[in-house]
Amino acid sequence: MMLFKPVFLWTDMLLWLLLAGVAFYVWRVRLHEHLREPWRRLLRSRSGVASAVVLLAFVAVGVLDSLHFRLPLEKQGNGAETHYSPEVLSVFDLMVGPLRKQVEKTYSAPFASQLYTKETIELPGGKQVRDYPRLKFGGAHLREPAREQAGDVAVTALQGGVYALALCGGLTFMLALWLARRRSISPGAAWTMIRHGRDEIPWRTFLSTVGLLALFVCLATAFSAKYHIFGTDKVGQDVFYLALKSIRTGLMIGTLTTLVMLPFALLLGIMAGYFRGWVDDVIQYTYTTLSSIPGVLLIAAAVLILQVYMDSNQELFDTVAARADIRLLFLCVILGITSWTGLCRLLRGETLKVREMEFIQAATAFGVGHFRIIARHILPNVMHIVLISIVLDFSALVLAEAVLSYVGVGVDPSMQSWGNMINGARLEMAREPMVWWSLLAAFVFMFVLVLSANLFSDRVRDAFDPRVR
Amino acid sequence: MNKPLLQVENLKVRLDAGKTQVRAVDGVSFAINRNETFALLGESGCGKSMTALSLMRLLPEAGRIESGRVLLDGQDLLCLPEIAMRSVRGKRIAMIFQEPMTSLNPVMTIGRQIAETLHRHTSLRGEAAQARVLELLDAVGIPDARARYHDYPFQFSGGMKQRVMIAIALACEPDLLIADEPTTALDVTIQAQVLELLRRLQRERGMAVMLISHDLGVVAEMAQRVAVMYAGEIVEMAGREEFFANPQHPYTRKLFASLPGAARRGQQLEIIRGSVPPLDREFSGCRFAGRCDYAWQKCSDEVPVWSEVAPGHGVRCHLVESVVPASLHPDPFPVHVGCQKLRALHHVEQHPAQCASLIDALRVDALRPTQVGFDLPLLQVADLKVHFPIHKGLFKRVAGHVRAVDGVSLAIHSGRTLALVGESGCGKTTVGKSILQLIRPTAGSVRFAGDELTRLKGAELRARRADFQIVFQDPYSSLDPRMRVADIIEEGMVALGAATSSGDRQNSMDSLLQQVGLSPDSKYRYPHEFSGGQRQRIAIARALAVKPKLIVCDEPTSALDVSVQAQILNLLKGLQNELGLAYLFITHNLAVVEYFAHEVAVMYLGRIVERGSVEEVMQAPRHPYTRALLSAVPVVDAGSRREIIRLAGDMPSPANPPSGCHFHPRCPQAMDSCRLNYPAAIDFSATHSASCFLYSEK
Repeated sequence: MMLFKPVFLWTDMLLWLLLAGVAFYVWRVRLHEHLREPWRRLLRSRSGVASAVVLLAFVAVGVLDSLHFRLPLEKQGNGAETHYSPEVLSVFDLMVGPLRKQVEKTYSAPFASQLYTKETIELPGGKQVRDYPRLKFGGAHLREPAREQAGDVAVTALQGGVYALALCGGLTFMLALWLARRRSISPGAAWTMIRHGRDEIPWRTFLSTVGLLALFVCLATAFSAKYHIFGTDKVGQDVFYLALKSIRTGLMIGTLTTLVMLPFALLLGIMAGYFRGWVDDVIQYTYTTLSSIPGVLLIAAAVLILQVYMDSNQELFDTVAARADIRLLFLCVILGITSWTGLCRLLRGETLKVREMEFIQAATAFGVGHFRIIARHILPNVMHIVLISIVLDFSALVLAEAVLSYVGVGVDPSMQSWGNMINGARLEMAREPMVWWSLLAAFVFMFVLVLSANLFSDRVRDAFDPRVR
Repeated sequence: MNKPLLQVENLKVRLDAGKTQVRAVDGVSFAINRNETFALLGESGCGKSMTALSLMRLLPEAGRIESGRVLLDGQDLLCLPEIAMRSVRGKRIAMIFQEPMTSLNPVMTIGRQIAETLHRHTSLRGEAAQARVLELLDAVGIPDARARYHDYPFQFSGGMKQRVMIAIALACEPDLLIADEPTTALDVTIQAQVLELLRRLQRERGMAVMLISHDLGVVAEMAQRVAVMYAGEIVEMAGREEFFANPQHPYTRKLFASLPGAARRGQQLEIIRGSVPPLDREFSGCRFAGRCDYAWQKCSDEVPVWSEVAPGHGVRCHLVESVVPASLHPDPFPVHVGCQKLRALHHVEQHPAQCASLIDALRVDALRPTQVGFDLPLLQVADLKVHFPIHKGLFKRVAGHVRAVDGVSLAIHSGRTLALVGESGCGKTTVGKSILQLIRPTAGSVRFAGDELTRLKGAELRARRADFQIVFQDPYSSLDPRMRVADIIEEGMVALGAATSSGDRQNSMDSLLQQVGLSPDSKYRYPHEFSGGQRQRIAIARALAVKPKLIVCDEPTSALDVSVQAQILNLLKGLQNELGLAYLFITHNLAVVEYFAHEVAVMYLGRIVERGSVEEVMQAPRHPYTRALLSAVPVVDAGSRREIIRLAGDMPSPANPPSGCHFHPRCPQAMDSCRLNYPAAIDFSATHSASCFLYSEK
């Protein structure tokens, strides 16, 4: 018998494929000096390093959340076949175990020890009172929350701070050692170099970003064992957990959709601009037609068709997670198909401009084939547009997911996503007193992700433009 | 002597460039009198435009005036508040810019654009303002001003737009007109029109003109006083006659010597080695010392001071200010043109012996290529036509054709240079590209070493492509900014299989780079790290990489400074002698043709109107267009100045060429027969022919 049964979801596999591609690229870059140069330049800029660190943290959560498996159930007796739980878990779920399991009855505010709604509580004497009942997990260790909580929060914060400090200290120490070996200087000298920001890579920025991240992680870990730091939602799930789980959904929608969209946009856009004539006419008419159909309608129709297919072929999907996953994948594909027109149009225009440049004619005069001209001359010269629009689309797609969830054609309701969180919170905005924490949590996470992606891509674009030095 | 109109004293302008500061203008002083044309001469990047902009206080964001005074009638413009400055701009000082295409607002009618200035500075409104605008349009020579008042800039040609720009500048009768390269973007015949207009307006209105130019010819024709700028400071200033007769600063002399022309045929052009030093530091010596042939220790130790060699003639050079060690004295003059001009201007023979010895010294022997037998031309083009269809309407019906090239025949022998001369829009570039099959010709034949290129397709054509290559005009757009020099040069070798192994390619790349005068290390750098001249060298190396027999040079020097142009011309000439290359040299610069070409073909509106050897066409032009073109070129040497034959109007559109001879609407000698038929070519000698009815009766 196995300890667990791995589950291969489609989106997981695509993500791993993408990571393999990135790894291959990194390997190639390491071999070629002139490919390494722009990345070096990127690492020398402060905002580049800071945003890269934050992005990496997000990606790490997303990747850990993409290793799925099912745990075995209690054995029904000797020799019996092992049955596995229908619940699909990820490595990340195991790491944040308590967060997943500590489910309250319904809404509770951040750091609360009582529910957000009054209920009739039966006292031991048989008497009934209407009051805010105590939470099962949040602040359950306190006897008199009103009096003890402030002190408890302070102590826990201190604890978290100490952990963070220790973590940071360790990291700095290791960094100094590593740098000392790399640059063959004494660790002391390495430390002075870091402290005075004399190395070409802005280590101070790196360390302060990592420090902030570590502080957040340590505080969150320390607190979430005792409290719901972002409160709980309608069914009592921890909002912090939901927000963390949504990272994967957001990353998936952002990257996979781009992956689906890019080949269409690149190929068709550049072809239209480069070959002109009837090729251009056909492509232009295609995307003009496609972009005049309301995107939401197309997506709704496609998702509904998929839903019908899934309902009639239930046996293909053994778990809820598999169903949700195939819907996510399909959503990425359909979003990709409907959203390539904008980039395609931009690329067509830019290619029209670039193809008239004299270096293209020089290449033609050398008898360089069309495909090579496109790959070597046109593509690199329109890449900045691709990069910018990918990042802008990334944030737009994360938002689109929220809108689609509102219409009811977004990701599966069982799947955690910022869209579903916002959608759920939307109904509670009108209630008095307001439930604001789901919205805030989703907003903060989305904001940080999109902001760091934007900053990062800005730096990438500068680093890869040989004219900006 | 009355006080000068404008007096600039010790003007210093700094440009912030990241961490460093560029001293764009570093202590410039000059004065402009009323009624005078003062020329500021210099190569690109020497700070002449910055000087002009700081007079108007229109510096870009990064620029600021560090010190100095700009006195206009005794009032310091640099102390005025911005609001008062606005009434100086346009009213007291007006400016014309280089690019007429971008200096007018495309969505405003020209009438309103001129009236805008009047509204700001005068009380003229409504009818009166319109009347004044019409008067101005008349004055700058725009025909049918009333009808054109409501036209938009795109309805005007380049020369006409520059006239509108001048009208705007003149609207308030300014005391000083700053013309920043006013004719650089225009063709020679149009340039002659605009320069004449500026001269006439100055005469009539008695204003002062500050002319900024890099063109010695334009300066020689326009200016009364000339100042030469180099690396942010004025190195020499003198009256025109004195300046052209007796230039003192080594830089000025080098500039003269690097001008191509008939007089220098068969010699190498003088070049200025190195490049302008970076201006982000304090100079401890002369800025030109690193590039100067006469520099000695003192030049790098001590900053030269301004010294007067004659009344009104000042120079910033150690050579004139002090006793120079005899061995270093810059005699004999490297400026034999200077001598010719002396004779022309002063009618005195000075330094004749020096001139003679100098010409001998400079002559590079055996540069004239061996006469190749006239048996079989390398390239033979017959009746080449390139027509671009004009599509109209919903279904893109073909509504007509732009006859860019309409029956061109020419032949080039190996080791020879054929210059294709013409103004912009005459189809000369299209001829070049269609010979290379970059644009497929509509009709006609292109035979290259016996093969009919127009019939070759795909792989067959690709196999021949190594034999003919192209060098483009703009070295900034002809190199892919995202590829390293190595990849750029390698591309052709890989595509055409010139060198098989990677090691071979690296070796031949190194030798190519050395051949064009660059170090082999430069192959790991990106094009933007090089200057314009160096980029053009890279482009030439790229073309040479596949060992071509013919190179089409499409205005390879017109985007470059004079001294850099000389380097490139020398390089091309050297390569021709060494490798026996044939050049199809497409240009509008007649001085380059006189220096460089063996044969000349003059194009007008898609057809060749005159052809012949360079001596025949340049010395004895037959076609009225060739004559007008030659006469319109501004020349440095007053003695060789021809009387300008004025051409009316602009070149017609090749979509709708005039009936009969294409040139007849502008021809001063047009006859009745010219309107009916296109004249056949008349032979004057074995090589010289022209298509004109003037000669058909004889």
